Amino acid sequence: MYQYDEYDQDFVEQRARQFSRQVERRISGELTEDQFKPLRLMNGLYLQLHAYMLRINVPYGCLSSAQMRKLGHVARLYDKSYGHLTTRQNMQLNWIRLTDMPQILLELASVEMHGIQSSGNCIRNITADEYAGVAADEVEDPRIYCEFLRQWSSLHPEFSFLPRKFKFAVTGSPNDRAAVKAHDIGLRLYRNDQGEVGFEVFVGGGLGRTPFIGKLIRDFLPTEHLLSYCEAILRVYNQLGRRDNKYKARIKVLVHETGEEAFRELVEKEWEAIRDGTLSLPEEDVALIRARFAPPKYEDLEDDTPSLESQRAENPGFNDWMDQQLAEHKQAGYTIVNISCTPIGKPPGDISSEQMESVADLAETYSFGEMRVTHNQNLVFTDVRKKDLFSLWQDLVKVELATPNHGLISDTICCPGLDYCALANARSIPLAEKISTAFADQERQKEIGEIYINMSGCINACGHHHVGNIGILGVDKKNTELYQLMLGGSAKEDASLGKILGPGFDEDGVVTAIEKLIDIYLDLRKDGETFLETHRRLGDGPFKERLYSAPS
Amino acid sequence: MAQVVIANRLRDGIVVFLGTNHTWVEQLQDCTPSESKEDGQRLMDISQEAADQQEIVDPNLIEVEKRGQTWHAIKMREEMRAKGPTVREDLGKQAGN
Repeated sequence: MYQYDEYDQDFVEQRARQFSRQVERRISGELTEDQFKPLRLMNGLYLQLHAYMLRINVPYGCLSSAQMRKLGHVARLYDKSYGHLTTRQNMQLNWIRLTDMPQILLELASVEMHGIQSSGNCIRNITADEYAGVAADEVEDPRIYCEFLRQWSSLHPEFSFLPRKFKFAVTGSPNDRAAVKAHDIGLRLYRNDQGEVGFEVFVGGGLGRTPFIGKLIRDFLPTEHLLSYCEAILRVYNQLGRRDNKYKARIKVLVHETGEEAFRELVEKEWEAIRDGTLSLPEEDVALIRARFAPPKYEDLEDDTPSLESQRAENPGFNDWMDQQLAEHKQAGYTIVNISCTPIGKPPGDISSEQMESVADLAETYSFGEMRVTHNQNLVFTDVRKKDLFSLWQDLVKVELATPNHGLISDTICCPGLDYCALANARSIPLAEKISTAFADQERQKEIGEIYINMSGCINACGHHHVGNIGILGVDKKNTELYQLMLGGSAKEDASLGKILGPGFDEDGVVTAIEKLIDIYLDLRKDGETFLETHRRLGDGPFKERLYSAPS
Repeated sequence: MAQVVIANRLRDGIVVFLGTNHTWVEQLQDCTPSESKEDGQRLMDISQEAADQQEIVDPNLIEVEKRGQTWHAIKMREEMRAKGPTVREDLGKQAGN
């Protein structure tokens, strides 16, 4: 795992001390709220419905045990003993006191963490495939390039006041787990026919009130040119992106209005001027960063682990968990373990201080002291010996983190919604709780198979509702919550945007509607089809017809 | 419609309401909403003064109504602020913390 060098550490500590003085000046009245607000936002501090909210960056989703333990400590001492994992692989604390912020930032800095650029019209936390570095299907480790992007984009003087916020996602696998086509810039590492590794560059994806799938503006970018090419894209955006209307200020609107080909030409022209300059990545620099992500010292193990079979046979709960929560590791004898933070009937992504501390301990015992946060609001242990799986499962059960629902219908993505967020129009967490409760039966979940339900409490789409196989958008209609359904979205390599199916439903009605949609799917699917595949084969038609005509 | 000023306390961000004698109280039930529409500007003037004194931020006038013996915000968002998250009844004003 990457660790700060002396410059990084000094910078973060300086920023903590700087913000400490800014807080003092605000409280004394030397700074007005209008003057202070951009300063607190630059450090990830929002004012939400109930209190201040602090968004803490988790760079490309990677967390050490020490960091997770510190988050648990900070949440307990300065908040209400829980945190919320977000769709940008970050953590949010919902009940922060302004007067505690100086101490909190120093505590976070002591484990190489901060909230810098987790808000504002700048380049936000870079997100990545949660299996980066260990996935069996990976071409190259995206964390190396995420780290270059992090260093390049941190306090970039030219890109600190962009027309609007800017989000990157990077994957090194053909199986997209990072939703790269739903980002301002999405990058996919792959090997071309000549055996060279480079990036596909997607630009102008994004959700919110004007959703777009990213356009492929360069089909092969040699890795050495990553920063110069991104700089060229950002320069074009910074110059031409709209600043007169915040709803049209994202790069997706610029790409759409300029046209894909014209935008590509603008970027290529800008790039020609800078491509072989100081932003090129020399192989020795890449090697230095790569060394910081060197694999842990794996044991030489047999991949086959006979003891698991008897443990599965004797423990149905373990068997269910094994069926759902594992992913293939590149190292024999090891596996990737998905840890659900979306238990049945509970808020997706919420994790208590006690659980954070337990997970930190368990990662040290079972996964070289490292873990990942996923954009699906769960956690991942990247390096678990297969022979330890039963023991890990038993320990996860004790701290209520062993729900076997990875990729199943109860594993929803959900924004904080009107329960916490000042922008929301409707609650989303209660819906997620009701949906997971309605589909709690494990056998029924397995029968339904892979499906992604994403929900947002407003049009800003923090819950990624457009790219859910079933998306739910909460709106406020005459002071009553109303939920619109959309079908057919996907955040994966086959990315697509869902479309609104028809009239909305109230809170209870939408749960019933989803149950009906699932029944329709089970009735119409062909052998082995997922919900998305059935929908793509048949379109909205039969779903809409039967949903709205069926007696309620 | 009765009205009251809602704001966040600067130092801790906690939601507060303008009470009697220009004090800021944490519970909606502890303030006396004004029944007079014309009172709105006066309440906001008092609130702006508190904002200028670094006591509160983001004051807003909201409409409230009495249901039985208790006051409730008309808008769902403000009712949420007055109580706490519906998904965590152990937190916020509804839980006394």
